[in-house]
Amino acid sequence: MCGIVGLFLKDEALFPRLGALMAPMLAEMTERGPDSAGFAIYRDGPPLPTLSCLAAPGFDWDAAAAHLAQATGAPVTVETISDHALLRVGSDLRTARATLIAAFPQVNVLASGEAIEIFKGIGDPMAVARTFGLEGRSGTHGIAHTRMATESAVTTAGSHPFSTGPDTCLVHNGSLSNHFLLRSFLEARGETLQTENDSEVAAAFLSWRMREGDTLDQALAAALKRLDGFYTLTIGTRDGFAVLRDPIACKPAVLAETDQWVAMASEFRAIAPLPGVENARIWEPEPGTIYSWGRDGMRAAA
Amino acid sequence: MTDQSNPPPKAPPRTVPVKSATFDDVTLSEIRRAAATGIYDIRGGGAKRHLPHFDDLLFLGASMSRYPLEGYREKCGTEVVIGARHAKNPIILKTPITIAGMSFGSLSAQAKEALGRGANAAGTSTTTGDGGMTPEEREHSNLLVYQLLPSRYGMNPDDLRKADAIEVVVGQGAKPGGGGMLLGQKISERVAKMRTLPEGIDQRSACRHPDWTGPDDLEIKIQELREITGWRVPIYIKVGASRPYYDVALAVKAGADAVVLDGMQGGTAATQNVFIEHVGIPTLAAIRPAVQALKDLGMHRTVQLIVSGGIRNGADVAKALALGADAVSIGTAALVALGDNDPVWEDEYRALGTTAGAYDDWHEGNDPAGITTQNPALAARLDPVAAGRRLANYLNVMTLELQTIARACGKSHVLNLEPEDLVALTVEAAAMAGVPLAGTSWIPGRPD
Amino acid sequence: MTTATMTNTGVLDLSALSLREANETLQAATEGAFTIVNPGGRHAIACGLEHPVSVTIEGHTGYYCAGMNKNADVTIRGNAGTGLAENIMSGTVRVTGDASQAAGATGHGGLVVIEGNASARCGISMKGVDIVVGGNVGHMSAFMAQAGNLVVLGDAGEDLGDSIYEARLFVRGTVARLGTDCVEKEMRPEHLAFLADILKRAGMDADPRDFRRYGSARTLYHFKIDNAGAY
Repeated sequence: MCGIVGLFLKDEALFPRLGALMAPMLAEMTERGPDSAGFAIYRDGPPLPTLSCLAAPGFDWDAAAAHLAQATGAPVTVETISDHALLRVGSDLRTARATLIAAFPQVNVLASGEAIEIFKGIGDPMAVARTFGLEGRSGTHGIAHTRMATESAVTTAGSHPFSTGPDTCLVHNGSLSNHFLLRSFLEARGETLQTENDSEVAAAFLSWRMREGDTLDQALAAALKRLDGFYTLTIGTRDGFAVLRDPIACKPAVLAETDQWVAMASEFRAIAPLPGVENARIWEPEPGTIYSWGRDGMRAAA
Repeated sequence: MTDQSNPPPKAPPRTVPVKSATFDDVTLSEIRRAAATGIYDIRGGGAKRHLPHFDDLLFLGASMSRYPLEGYREKCGTEVVIGARHAKNPIILKTPITIAGMSFGSLSAQAKEALGRGANAAGTSTTTGDGGMTPEEREHSNLLVYQLLPSRYGMNPDDLRKADAIEVVVGQGAKPGGGGMLLGQKISERVAKMRTLPEGIDQRSACRHPDWTGPDDLEIKIQELREITGWRVPIYIKVGASRPYYDVALAVKAGADAVVLDGMQGGTAATQNVFIEHVGIPTLAAIRPAVQALKDLGMHRTVQLIVSGGIRNGADVAKALALGADAVSIGTAALVALGDNDPVWEDEYRALGTTAGAYDDWHEGNDPAGITTQNPALAARLDPVAAGRRLANYLNVMTLELQTIARACGKSHVLNLEPEDLVALTVEAAAMAGVPLAGTSWIPGRPD
Repeated sequence: MTTATMTNTGVLDLSALSLREANETLQAATEGAFTIVNPGGRHAIACGLEHPVSVTIEGHTGYYCAGMNKNADVTIRGNAGTGLAENIMSGTVRVTGDASQAAGATGHGGLVVIEGNASARCGISMKGVDIVVGGNVGHMSAFMAQAGNLVVLGDAGEDLGDSIYEARLFVRGTVARLGTDCVEKEMRPEHLAFLADILKRAGMDADPRDFRRYGSARTLYHFKIDNAGAY
């Protein structure tokens, strides 16, 4: 049970202000999810293969980077922020991620990709935003989440967004009713889940489908058939983001679009602070319908 | 040569006929009934099967290590304040035993009046039910809790503002996750008008609220209710016991002033028997996780926990409070105090194919005691003044019993009862209540 | 709060006033006209009004705007969030844009006008309210609708009028799928007259003869095992 926001910038002039525009959106969703928060930022600029990582305070990131550099034969640099670290890797991301997890199982890899960076923390969403400098971050688009934990524990790793593969991630509002069944199904197919969170199961489901060759839209169409319960999902991709509501569609979602941006939020009040909102086209996504945005503009598919 | 002193019997000895424990008489009769009618069994009341209950707990009275209070002489407070978290006017109960929500419709007007009279005399609250607030029940109840249910039958802002507290009903212990049902016999002209339904139809009620789903939206709903009522009255959230730890935590996060937790012994006016007997958890098992949720959020005794489902006497009340509840609610027991299932009507119960003590077809509206009916002739059998007096007596007895136990445990207020005052008679009860098995220090499932 | 302010007309700025302050002013007023500016999608704006005041909200609102309205006329110049005018008793609530889920839910009386589209469950469990939607309505609209009228100038989504009781539904466009126990019914002169009147009151320009009427087949009124699949 949660609040979701997403912002996709069309106007390059706004890229340096991405975080500054998203922070007030996240602030408006605090009441929907006071337990924890997280955000994914898609950086602008050239590709920079990065692992967004989390570990307990005191973890020796330099040692981990040195090990990774030696094992992969490519340079690794480290940027630490609080209990997070961004490892910029020179090698193939998939290899780097597997190597890191094998050597340091206590590290939680929150995301891997050439543009995505994910940060999350427990407690007041705005404190999380400040800790990780959301306001100062630039980028092309981002999604963020505030969580009111339903059944699984309030932990940093259990906060959204959940990675669903290279440069993709997912946030969820709702409650799945068959996630234990799906969890064992997915684990039998090689997905590794790191929390008890039902939303992570939805993320793993999409990862599995896309590993099997589905496009994002195909994976979401499959999700509509297999996920039971109530959900509004927002999925971040390298080039944009997608929104999907379950066929009953009780959990809220609002979309808004101007010439400069496309925004998604659980409630309009999160969109209200955006510049030019008074001229935005505003609508509610239809149930059971996949909406996705990319650099080519919006398309909606049944 | 045969032994003449021990002649062979005429027939060999036979084992007496054995009925299956699995396919017992009740099961067999239900199979035949289902096969004949093609409809599941619908009834009123709560779970009838044997469940681990408060009877499996005992209090450790004071002796050498603790000192008791003098009965009747030394004060043992019973007053409980509900809803001071956000409300300007919290509810002050003289006794922590309240009357649970039961609708006009499921009950006669006389029965509702009697509940109000009894509760007033004891200094406690009554609760509306599905179908709205009648002027009579408002008039006869000094403290009236107004339920906001998924159906919103009879819901209106005037009554909302007249209420002393508002109870957002998410679920009931008899049927967590289920909607309501009232058969046509009880949709009288007045009930139909109050609910905006055609007279005499079988009413179907929703299981989810029409305009919110989940705690994040409920928080906004509660804000609206507070804005409409000027932040004056407490907002309760009622849940059926199934996942009490999470449900209570989310009720608190959604902004509740109090949480009503209804175990599976809690009654209903009507639902499927399979629902009543197979969905939800017993009251005994629900309290500790609920209290743990409040403690984990630092809200125990700030957000009150009102427990219901199978409360029968002062010992049950004392045990519920000792496990961490702030108050209890009674429904079935209150109806019995009014006169429900009284053997005085045995001939009529027999005519309905049942017996006093087993009558549960409350939805059919033929209650010989005149309580769960809209039939004017039957309803006239209940004298609301006398029945109200019986309820008041019963509430007073339970309160005295509660105080007796609390004093014996050395408590000058009933809210000072604690789990450490209890032991369990069975391993099941010890595990569910989180108290040691009597004579041991063993709490099953807890590290030493 | 002084009595002098109770009849004052005025502008209430939600970027400066708290919701409680604004609602207290509106709830205390017995007459007059108010404008709310900078609503910012906030919830429960102008809910619980009892008196014949006029309120105009300049911008988009959140959940439960004008909830449980009595007597007041509330206009939202923008979109409305979930549960617009839920449980409305009387008066008029108008939205110039779209309304989200459960608009007019459980309303007992009065008039709700949505000039744009309404999404899912418009008029759910309605109990006497009249709802006029200029655009389309989403799925499960008029679910369990008990009484009142839902008038849709555009199209209706799937499962319109599922489990309906005695409410009347009028749709000018297409119906994606009728819900269980909801059937098309004959349009009689009294229905045309009703439509002409309510369209006029709602300020909608449409010809009553272009609408079709739907209502309850009443097969679910008494439980029958042969209907079990419908329950």
